[in-house]
Amino acid sequence: MNGRMISPGKCRGNAIVSKEPIGFYGGVDIKTGVIIEKNHPLEGKSIKDKILVFPCGKGSTVGSYVIYGLKKNNVSPLGIINEETETIVATGVILAGIPCIDKIDISKIENGDKILLDSDNGIVEIERK
Amino acid sequence: MYLTKDEEKILNGEMGEVQERLFRLLVRLGDIYGADKMIPIGSVQVAGVSYKSIGDPGTEFLEDISSKETKVKVLTYLNPAGMDLEDWDKLGFPKDFAKNQLRIINAFKRMGIVITTTCTPYLAGNLPRFREHIAWSESSAVSFSNSVIGARTNREGGPSALAAAICGLTPNYGLHLWEKRQPNVRIKVNTNLVYNSDFGALGYLVGKTVKNKIPFFTGIKNADTDQLKSLGAAMAASGAVALYHIEGLTPEADLTNDKGLETIEIGKKEMNNIYDKLNSGEEPDVVIFGCPHASLREISSICRKVEGKKLKKPIWICTSRLMKEASDRMGYTNIIEKAGGHIVADTCMVVSPIENMGFNVTGVNSGKAANYLPGFCKQKVVFANIDKLVEATL
Repeated sequence: MNGRMISPGKCRGNAIVSKEPIGFYGGVDIKTGVIIEKNHPLEGKSIKDKILVFPCGKGSTVGSYVIYGLKKNNVSPLGIINEETETIVATGVILAGIPCIDKIDISKIENGDKILLDSDNGIVEIERK
Repeated sequence: MYLTKDEEKILNGEMGEVQERLFRLLVRLGDIYGADKMIPIGSVQVAGVSYKSIGDPGTEFLEDISSKETKVKVLTYLNPAGMDLEDWDKLGFPKDFAKNQLRIINAFKRMGIVITTTCTPYLAGNLPRFREHIAWSESSAVSFSNSVIGARTNREGGPSALAAAICGLTPNYGLHLWEKRQPNVRIKVNTNLVYNSDFGALGYLVGKTVKNKIPFFTGIKNADTDQLKSLGAAMAASGAVALYHIEGLTPEADLTNDKGLETIEIGKKEMNNIYDKLNSGEEPDVVIFGCPHASLREISSICRKVEGKKLKKPIWICTSRLMKEASDRMGYTNIIEKAGGHIVADTCMVVSPIENMGFNVTGVNSGKAANYLPGFCKQKVVFANIDKLVEATL
């Protein structure tokens, strides 16, 4: 699949998929990378070292710092794939240096899929067994 | 994107390493979102101030920038801090937290940023005009300035707002453009909204439903600015709504094209469901008003309700330092403290460490607070109108 580069880089990993938007501030624990938003479909799950897939960001604009902090604390996702990346997530991933791509039909990606995210070339590949 | 000669110079590092790094972020965002150029801005509001929110990584990021003697170019305000910057000790904020919080505040001060820490800058001396381009980041203030004032800002992340302040520029895309300010969903409200909490509940539901769309409300007959701030704050917290229009009330509503929009109807039943959904607790340990920061009108109305009473559970009112000062002068603060309440300035319940201060169940009338407290502050929530909340403390 082809998308738009938000933040450069290349990575390979397992997908963790949320059909719901993610608000990083108040939604993700900055120290552990675990989703803490009550009743979120991914509540209790860790996004560390995963390819995090979600439609778009939501909520507080402090989310950028949370993404930056996740990276500094070594608990960030390897890469991020969105339908539409809004400014808060974009600022966070650029600052943190996390590869990120958007304009991707995320309904094609399932939890646990092996993903190649090549943001430099705007490509997402699903490598199913 | 087109850059002027002066802007090229910033990008080439001729204005120093910090400006280069921050301007590069703005250019990057501009390229992603299809900006044609940079535009000058009138003011900035920076989020990401509480130590609880940004932690050590954010603190070090800010100290690094301030250590290079970089100054902001336009009037810049701050979002709430994690504690009352003057009365933190008296109010019981932990000492090690305070130490780190003050590091952050000093870094901002060194950059020339006004240490007025509030989510309602428009009530505290940073008031944009209609159609003025600004770069604000507090999501409820973004909503208020875009919708109620008709100024123009995108939802800036903390760092991109800081970059805008230091460069005096923002990329020209999104809500800076009139064609991007058109509504794309109609919300028909079929019930009477009375309390500020009704506006908060409506906002919570609409934000959840429309996510990052631009709603056009009909059927809201009247609303004061306190109620509009409550509505916008909740929509920005449960969704990513940065701009809304209300027929007959907000300045751009009559100018937009609202023909042929998908319509969502909201009546009494939907509103009751939201009240139920937001309630996860029975008896509050504490009731906190002022999310977003209370206006003087809100403070005076709470003051009238608690005058001469003895509270069994504390009431906190979060507000800006300026409103607190007016409240002190009017004697409201004194009346509220006599009853057993506190007016807390500079901070708010969401960004302060209330879960470490002995509270488990918090009463609020704010849809935004009800959205954040369970996850971020491990609180059960009693969501109700001001009268019911005051009653619960007596």
